[in-house]
Amino acid sequence: MRAGFLFKEVRIGLRRNLTMTLAVMITVAISLTLLGVGLLANSQVRVMKDYWYDKIEVSVFLCGTLSESPSCSGGPVTAEQRNSIKADIEALPVVDTVYYESQSEAYVHFQERFEGSAIAQNVTQDQLPESYRVKLIDPTKFAVMQSAFAGRPGVDSVQDQRSILEKFFKLLGVLRDGALVIGLASVLTAALLISNTLRIAAFNRRRETGVMKLVGASSFSIQLPFLLEGVFSAIVGWMFSTGLLAGFKLLVDSRIAPLLSFTKFFTWSDVWVASGILLITGFVVSTFASVITLRKYLKV
Amino acid sequence: MKFARKKQKEETMIRFENVSKIYPKQNHAALDLVNLEILKGEFVFLVGLSGSGKSTFLRLVLREERPTSGEIIVAGKELNRLSAHKIPELRRQVGTVFQDFRLLPNKTVFENVAFTLHVLGYSQKEINREVPEVLELVGLEEKSNRKPSEMSGGEQQRVAIARAYVSRPAILIADEPTGNLDPATSVGIMKLLDRINREGTTVVMATHDSKIVDSMRKRVIELESGYVIRDQVRGVYGYAG
Repeated sequence: MRAGFLFKEVRIGLRRNLTMTLAVMITVAISLTLLGVGLLANSQVRVMKDYWYDKIEVSVFLCGTLSESPSCSGGPVTAEQRNSIKADIEALPVVDTVYYESQSEAYVHFQERFEGSAIAQNVTQDQLPESYRVKLIDPTKFAVMQSAFAGRPGVDSVQDQRSILEKFFKLLGVLRDGALVIGLASVLTAALLISNTLRIAAFNRRRETGVMKLVGASSFSIQLPFLLEGVFSAIVGWMFSTGLLAGFKLLVDSRIAPLLSFTKFFTWSDVWVASGILLITGFVVSTFASVITLRKYLKV
Repeated sequence: MKFARKKQKEETMIRFENVSKIYPKQNHAALDLVNLEILKGEFVFLVGLSGSGKSTFLRLVLREERPTSGEIIVAGKELNRLSAHKIPELRRQVGTVFQDFRLLPNKTVFENVAFTLHVLGYSQKEINREVPEVLELVGLEEKSNRKPSEMSGGEQQRVAIARAYVSRPAILIADEPTGNLDPATSVGIMKLLDRINREGTTVVMATHDSKIVDSMRKRVIELESGYVIRDQVRGVYGYAG
């Protein structure tokens, strides 16, 4: 079978089954878009983790006059303790950088953060603890810091900002998983629709396929036009889904990003990667659904 | 001696050896231990009542069914050993024509005939050469742009014959080709089949039409309840001959 004749047959098939063809295209477009939103949600969680984990620190608060923990029973931290703590922090392989925040710096930061509120006026410099702010190479390695410094004389407490973010990311993870599950379920729906559409198409064209069989067409050449119809519809659906995802990205950039300045958003390359995954998904799923259906309904 | 050599040279087109076919859930055989041989260039009528096994015979030749037991050889192929992907090769050697024509209603006469060649991978150039030639053979060269619905039954059957014959198969199978046609039209179709037979194609025609069988005086194989009850070289429809 020559390509020209093959494509003519495919075109006739698509046109004759126009409403079903449109139904397949739209279903594929929607299901791939949903799956794409799931993939972008995944990218978004990753981007936010990168962004936030890069900013968060482990704070090693040193004993001050108001400290009450048992390790501060010896009174405020001494210069000697302060130096040995710093040396030990720097010696840990998980530590990236360390800086020291003195009471006066803590006071300045505090005033900045609570500017204009009553609490800012009531706090004095010596009420705020001095601390080491530690950035870890791998922000998940907090336990190492905790076990090395919690309870050490001169150390009041060791705090991980990550624990605050953890709950937030857990919530985002659930949302992302939900989006992926919905996406996959709708891709399954699309596969079933493709299968049913091809079954109807095969039934509508049983005369043609009967004649092809009689004159000695191979199974492959009988099934190929149908297969190409299924895949073609899926590819058109994929184009729409990529368009919708690009639109979603534009919407996020123009409307949502300005409102939520505390985080970064997924990039265009995340959109293209998601689109590539969707293309492969659409191609594989439509081919798979077509081949299984056609093997069943178009036997030689 | 001379006769024996001539016999050896003749090529077997269809050979059934002890072929039986029992369909599932039926207690009697559609074909029962059938033995027969059809040679290259023969014209054979297959006669018998409905349910006598004619259609089963044709379906077995086309490998649409497999025999329950026995050996079938068609155009040099042992069908029992023919793998599924070789079936198309068999069918390219066997043209088929039916009572109901089975033309594609959305295609013109030319396109219907060309369909075979497209499926078999012929180039447009070859198609433009072969199709008019075969349409001329069946006498429809003037009507190549008509749709089947605009033609008479006899003309539609001619198109079907052209489609079956355009790839020059070794065997042409016709299952009641005149079943839907009036006697005068039937004569024209028989002349056409005879002409195709004279060009060297083996023709096997299943029919109920006693007048046609009687007038052609060709080999007649009669089936009854799955048995070959008669195989005459120059036979007639009933027992009269």
